[in-house]
Amino acid sequence: MRPVTVTEPPGLDPAWRGRVGMISLIIAETSLFAVFVVAYLFYIGKSLNGPYPKDVLELPLFNTVCLLASSVTIAFALRALRSGGIRRSGVWFLVTIVLGAVFLAGTAREWYGLIVRHGLTIGTNLFGTTFYSLVGLHASHVIVGLAILTLLCVFAFSGALRQEHLERAEIASWYWHFVDGVWVVVFTVVYVVGR
Amino acid sequence: MTVGMQQLPRRGYRHALFGAVLAGLMIASTAVGASTTTETPSIFVPASTPAFAIRELALIVFGITGVIFLVVAGLTVYALMRFRRRRGDDGRDPPQVYGSLQIELAWTVVPVLIVVVLFLVTARYIFAIEGRPQPPQALEVTIVGHQWWWEIRYPKLGIVTANELHVPVSDPERPTPTFLTLQSADVIHSFWIPQLAGKMDVIPNKTNRLWIDPRKPGGYVGQCAEYCGLQHAGMLLIVKVHSREDFAKWAAAQQAPAREEAGVRAGRELFASLSCINCHTIRGTPANGVFGPDLTHLMSRWTIGAGVIQNTPETLRAWIDDPAAVKPGALMPAMKLSRDDLDKVTAYLVSLR
Amino acid sequence: MSVLSETASIRDARPPLLVSLNDWVVTVDHKRLGIMYVVSGLVFLVIAGLEASAMRLQLAWSGLHVVPPGTFNQLFTMHGTTMVFLVGIPIVFGFGNYLVPLMIGARDLAFPRLNAFGFWVFLFGGLLLHFSFLGGEGLYGGGSAPAIGWFAYAPLTERAFTPGNATDYWNLALLVVGVGTIATAVNMITTILTMRGPGMTLGRMPVFVWEIVTISWLTVLILPPLTAAQIMLLLDRFVGAHFFDTQAGASALMWQHFFWFFGHPEVYILMLPGFGFASEIIPVFSRKVLFGYPTLVAASAGIGLVGMTTWAHHMFVVGMGSTLNAAFAASTMLVAVPTGVKIFNWLGTMYGGKIRFATPMLFCCAFLFQFLCAGLTGIMLAVAPFNWQLSDSYFVVAHFHFVLIGALLFTIFAAIYYWFPKVTGRMLSERLGRWHFWLFVAGFNLTFLVMHIPGMLGMPRRIYTYPADRGWEIWNLVVSVGVPLQIAGILIFVVNIVRSLRQGPPAGDNPWDAWTLEWATTSPPPPYNFEVVPVVSSRRPLWDLKHPDDPDGLHE
Repeated sequence: MRPVTVTEPPGLDPAWRGRVGMISLIIAETSLFAVFVVAYLFYIGKSLNGPYPKDVLELPLFNTVCLLASSVTIAFALRALRSGGIRRSGVWFLVTIVLGAVFLAGTAREWYGLIVRHGLTIGTNLFGTTFYSLVGLHASHVIVGLAILTLLCVFAFSGALRQEHLERAEIASWYWHFVDGVWVVVFTVVYVVGR
Repeated sequence: MTVGMQQLPRRGYRHALFGAVLAGLMIASTAVGASTTTETPSIFVPASTPAFAIRELALIVFGITGVIFLVVAGLTVYALMRFRRRRGDDGRDPPQVYGSLQIELAWTVVPVLIVVVLFLVTARYIFAIEGRPQPPQALEVTIVGHQWWWEIRYPKLGIVTANELHVPVSDPERPTPTFLTLQSADVIHSFWIPQLAGKMDVIPNKTNRLWIDPRKPGGYVGQCAEYCGLQHAGMLLIVKVHSREDFAKWAAAQQAPAREEAGVRAGRELFASLSCINCHTIRGTPANGVFGPDLTHLMSRWTIGAGVIQNTPETLRAWIDDPAAVKPGALMPAMKLSRDDLDKVTAYLVSLR
Repeated sequence: MSVLSETASIRDARPPLLVSLNDWVVTVDHKRLGIMYVVSGLVFLVIAGLEASAMRLQLAWSGLHVVPPGTFNQLFTMHGTTMVFLVGIPIVFGFGNYLVPLMIGARDLAFPRLNAFGFWVFLFGGLLLHFSFLGGEGLYGGGSAPAIGWFAYAPLTERAFTPGNATDYWNLALLVVGVGTIATAVNMITTILTMRGPGMTLGRMPVFVWEIVTISWLTVLILPPLTAAQIMLLLDRFVGAHFFDTQAGASALMWQHFFWFFGHPEVYILMLPGFGFASEIIPVFSRKVLFGYPTLVAASAGIGLVGMTTWAHHMFVVGMGSTLNAAFAASTMLVAVPTGVKIFNWLGTMYGGKIRFATPMLFCCAFLFQFLCAGLTGIMLAVAPFNWQLSDSYFVVAHFHFVLIGALLFTIFAAIYYWFPKVTGRMLSERLGRWHFWLFVAGFNLTFLVMHIPGMLGMPRRIYTYPADRGWEIWNLVVSVGVPLQIAGILIFVVNIVRSLRQGPPAGDNPWDAWTLEWATTSPPPPYNFEVVPVVSSRRPLWDLKHPDDPDGLHE
């Protein structure tokens, strides 16, 4: 075949692809969470037997503060990356991971207490069903977020992460901010409205 | 490159189309008339106010949609025929028309108006049918859907039966409608007697309401209309509309406790000793199970297995022996009685008129 | 050197079969993935069609024993599930995959590897669903194929009422297919919003591309609710949750609301690309520009938006109360307006044109009549009290088959005849195309036009047999007689494709004298689509080239 010169058609900055892709994904995930939230709200007060939310739920303030703080620390990480401080960004990524891990540990501790001390499982009643599924769905997204953050952290410390990757790191941070935003909703629905 | 040069002859096409439509209409109307029997539960042969109202609404809707169809289909046929490429065409592209604000506005506004009118008419019928208050003289019936049969209770009359709903006729001067409370014991079913009313689902953990006021005595059929498992097709319904007097007689007969005929004592005692009583109720005996149909007046019903088979001593015997052979998947287990026991039990049940 | 002789010399040096197969398996090229999507969809179409044929044989008269009750219930479940998720979705997204980059002047989708992931995940899900036929007791008796209906109402799907693995095959296979579909939708949105070629503004994209971006947004919004409901069902069935367990106080209707919130927009996801096909094909074969492009595009957006508010018209008989019944009747009637407007746009396009009745146009003509019928029976069903009689009867079955076959499948056939030359470089046979068309039109209408009647005579759906004394027999017989005609049409279609692949006449770049960008490159296009991406200044770049004195840009 004769040689062909193929030129890239001019168009939008390719960085937009990642941005639009991530925004669409976040919208899809929002829709997913919304249905679990609707189920939670609809089933408030409909459990046929206890334990009931007001008997067993305590406000997870420390956990919440940790998770929301992690949105701030990831912003610091990106700021460091933007100005070329790769190692510094690695440190802030690590802090973010620790905060997220503390959140997960707190959730695990809360669930342990609910299951062992109060006998509340996913099969106990409608409250158990909707509580563990909604909080669990969120926790699973935190885990995915931590996996992504770990990659960023490792690459930062190994030197593979460079300033030109700022765009991609920013898109990953959007996912993390989304996960935090979902927690605000879950917290309100489960611990404020539902109690 | 030229493709698709075949042209249909214009005149012949028009004639053929017209002839086909006419023939189709004639065949259709003849066949519809010929095929409907007295048992056909046609929504267009109503016998009760909700069904009458729905038919009225349906005719209005057919009118509106019929006109729309004729106009749009007519325009389409016209366009297809008038603007076909002719033989000997010069191959030049015709004048390009990109749009027209006035035309597009018109053909948006007109459908919106039609929709508004249609909605107002629809809303009126929705509220009129669903909002009918229950008069004090109404008959109250509770229907409980099971896999795969219908439990029918008359709470104020103390009657429990299955699969066949008996109601009094309702005279428009002094209406005695029947108000149904619909519940389910397991999955979602749907109660549908097309000639009497629209259908209403029976849903576990929810109570629905439906009303009928049949104007003439007679029989009407229906069946479950929401897929509910293996024998969804075998959940038939019979409604028998009686005159006031006949209904009173039927009710009195149903209220009586089960017959105790001397000749079937052996079968009665055998029944009471078997696991039959875990599922079935026979009023006046120890049998008070609620999982299966009430058998107090079993032989007053035309069918068994929710309409799957006629109710005769022979079919009853076959059913008791092995229900799944008559209705595959029926939840009643095969009783595996000896021939002798089977005869006794059958004879006893046959006595329960 | 001409492109045709180039490809001829390439064909002489054909690589060995294993290398070719490997190329297809590892490909991330949108064109190859598009072909694989469509071919897979057509294979599933045949399988689901055979399932339907078995059902029509069983129902041809009352009291037949062609298949046992359990098998019949599996047949209608698998038929519906396969057609919606494994035929409709892959074919429309497959066409989107192939055509969108070509139509907007891009070289591929935004995320080619995600694209491949989407396809293989869909194929895996489809195979998993069909593996259910082999599970349990194996093929005879249908194994563990699900028998819960394609919309799988709770609580029938709870373990208490449906033990065994059949429901789980349905749930997991569709969960997986759903993930792939969402991934493809994200890909389409990103591509269309960020990778259009020079001069290709949103207002110059072909209508088909607009339809794809609309359905992709719909997918992103309404497919996750189905995923959520399926996760809930999974939790109920495996870890004892009570989302749909009415004995624990749950609502049986919750599944229905979540499912239909997905299910109704889903049918618009299926149908909108069909409208896109018609909007490309009708102008070309009328030799006239599409009439009212902006309103047509606005109508699509309107259908997408309003369509998300209509879901409970599938629930008019559950006892929602008069206010909700009225509200959903209103929104359902409202969505009929932008839908009807589209028909007028197509009529306006044909009006004053010079219509060529090539096979693609024949299918589009039948589509116009059949979609009109489908829309009007849809209006009838929107009238809630009338719906109380017609719901769950054969009238509804007839209605939605008019939409999905009479409208969607007919436009898919039109699209295949129209773009086959572009994809393969060869023309399909017009003669065989006409046989396919007339046989299928006759068979389809015989079956589904007549099918409205037993519905109005009180025949519910999903029953494996019916009593002999209800006057339904003659109608069911006529309905069943239409099936062999449709089968014959499909067979001829397959023969046409196979023969034309080998010996169809060469197509050239633009056999139909069409105007959009995909016809500006070779047939088939090179892997990079365009040597130099053309700069466009209107909706019909090739019209502008042919008519430099009267380009479209002056009139748009």
